[in-house]
Amino acid sequence: MSQSTPKQDNVPNSVSANGGDPSQDEMLDILRRMIDGQVYSTRCFNLQRQGRMGTMAPIDGSEAVAAGAASALDPTTDWIFPQYREQYALGRFGEDLVDKIALYNLGHPGGGHYPEDLHVFPFQISLACQIPHAVGMAWGMKVKGDPGCTLTFFGDGSSSEGDFYEAANLAGVRKAPVIFVLVNNGWAISTATSQQTGAESFAAKAHAFGFPGVQVDGRDPLEVRRVVSEARMRAVGGQGPMLIEAVTVRHGPHTTADDPTKYMDPAEAAAAKREEPIARFAAKLTELGIWNAELHEAAEQRAEQRFDLAWDRAQQAQANLDPAVLFDNVYVNPTARMTRQRTELRQHLAEEER
Amino acid sequence: MTATDAPAGTTAHSVTEMTMLEAINHTLHEEMARDERVMMFGQDVGVNGGVFRATEGLITAFGEDRVVDMPLAEAVIVGSTVGLAAAGMVPIAEIQFLGFSYQAMHQLVGQVARLRSRSGSRFEAPITIRAPFGGGVRTPELHSESLESQYANCPGLKIVAPATAADAKGLLAAAIREPDPVLFLEPLRGYRMVKGDVPTGEHVVELGQSRMARDGDDIVIIAWSYMTELATKAADQLAKEGLSVGVLDLRSIVPLDVDGLASAIASAGRAVVVQEAPETCGFASEVIATANDRCFYDLEAPIARVSGFDVPYPVGLLEDFYVPDTERIMAAVRRTLAVAP
Repeated sequence: MSQSTPKQDNVPNSVSANGGDPSQDEMLDILRRMIDGQVYSTRCFNLQRQGRMGTMAPIDGSEAVAAGAASALDPTTDWIFPQYREQYALGRFGEDLVDKIALYNLGHPGGGHYPEDLHVFPFQISLACQIPHAVGMAWGMKVKGDPGCTLTFFGDGSSSEGDFYEAANLAGVRKAPVIFVLVNNGWAISTATSQQTGAESFAAKAHAFGFPGVQVDGRDPLEVRRVVSEARMRAVGGQGPMLIEAVTVRHGPHTTADDPTKYMDPAEAAAAKREEPIARFAAKLTELGIWNAELHEAAEQRAEQRFDLAWDRAQQAQANLDPAVLFDNVYVNPTARMTRQRTELRQHLAEEER
Repeated sequence: MTATDAPAGTTAHSVTEMTMLEAINHTLHEEMARDERVMMFGQDVGVNGGVFRATEGLITAFGEDRVVDMPLAEAVIVGSTVGLAAAGMVPIAEIQFLGFSYQAMHQLVGQVARLRSRSGSRFEAPITIRAPFGGGVRTPELHSESLESQYANCPGLKIVAPATAADAKGLLAAAIREPDPVLFLEPLRGYRMVKGDVPTGEHVVELGQSRMARDGDDIVIIAWSYMTELATKAADQLAKEGLSVGVLDLRSIVPLDVDGLASAIASAGRAVVVQEAPETCGFASEVIATANDRCFYDLEAPIARVSGFDVPYPVGLLEDFYVPDTERIMAAVRRTLAVAP
């Protein structure tokens, strides 16, 4: 920030004030991002099953929410604060996210080290903790008079956390340019939404904060895009936040460590899978005559190849990982104590090698 | 260690006597005037000027965009600093009493302290969390806790606890300018009781440098924040008995001035550590473990601890029995000096 930024009214950015209907290219891009998300997520899931990656949360069912929302934003001015399921389909904000996904699930510290121009915050494992961050940044952007807005994804379970209430309340008070996207996929691990809230809907919670809350079909990326565009116009126009409850169904396990057969009705799970967002959207674009099986296969192959390359690079990074990076990036300069500990670790490792 | 009378980073030529509270308020005014990115927010910090008046006048001087009364919600008071910092601001958040920081602990420890680490320094946290702490003023429950050692176990945070008005200025200025998050602890009891000369111009004290608050050869008392004041009083009284007692003020808990600490203990050969927190896992334990590593063979007696007890911080009628006082400090000094070398 410059030392004397004049305060100005935010104006919608023409690059991506996507209030109108999406072009064919935009629709195709959304579908490809959804396919990317599904492929990257499945590859990580399988690598975990082979013991080559750590625990991860697959995107299954959230592809349209993530890619649809991202398509309504401007990656040069807007920021996304995800939880941990959406990254896979946020390629619109930076193709190199796939590298970070591979590194993160591998357990490499570089998995959280995003480049300067990637307006996405790293995976957030502590539920709802990213919501105050998104509000804080939106508030800061407003104080500075910066264009753009922030958007945060979180789940139905996270909306029971204090951080959600505290942050949404503050956003309402400060009319911060922030969009809350509550991904209601029906489950918080094994806890059904009926056990999560007594409210008539998750969207209804917005009423208490003094801003609108709407429900949208989270399996339809164009619907998500339309509502997020509306929320963005409001946000950058100075009208404050909006809560969007994107209703979808998680059609797989919560994470690689979860067994949903214990709590999910198999018939319901099968029905959810038939309604899964990629097949639905692909069918729609096929009807429009701009998509076909060949293009679908090509999109999947493109995603597979990108993941292959990212996985190669991640394994290379693993091979080159110096344990002493433990001490990097804790403070701007390590404390004397950490410097001593680093030396001791090096000596210990050298002795072990001998 | 820096010499008592020549703090680092001082270019001021004049001094004014201030209470610690006045020094903090004066520093906030100076830092907000110096850097337009600095924001001050918390509960009652605006129109009311803070429940202790530490933020008096800031809202008039710098406006409602930069000095903000927050909803009563500690987690977002602390959590929003992450986003504000990422947006390019320099946030100072006040937690009205350190005991209330439990409501924000997941953001402070789980998020603020880890921001640099988990983002590979893509994001910095030039965040200052100011909080009054410590007891002795008959507050209701949870207004008097000393939690510094709990936070000292949380890498990524720096923890500063000044004992003098001049240090309150110099260390607060350093904390605000620091690119890493600092938990800045202000002693409730010292706000108005601690007074001293404060440089009126630029005055910044480097974090991680201890200070000899009082010279003495027989034994050194190690303390921080308001306990330094009590230790000095105890040392002055013991001087009347012919004992030469030094006092080392740690100033920062993290980073710890390991060299300054070791050299003060080694040269005296005997030491007492004073803390207000409960005994078990208090920061005094860390001080003694450090001495064990660095200067064990210079010791002529085991290092003694004077601390609160392993009980929840008590209600008003009992707190004088809990918080260390000069009598308990003097007794520990005499006991330690009585140990044959």
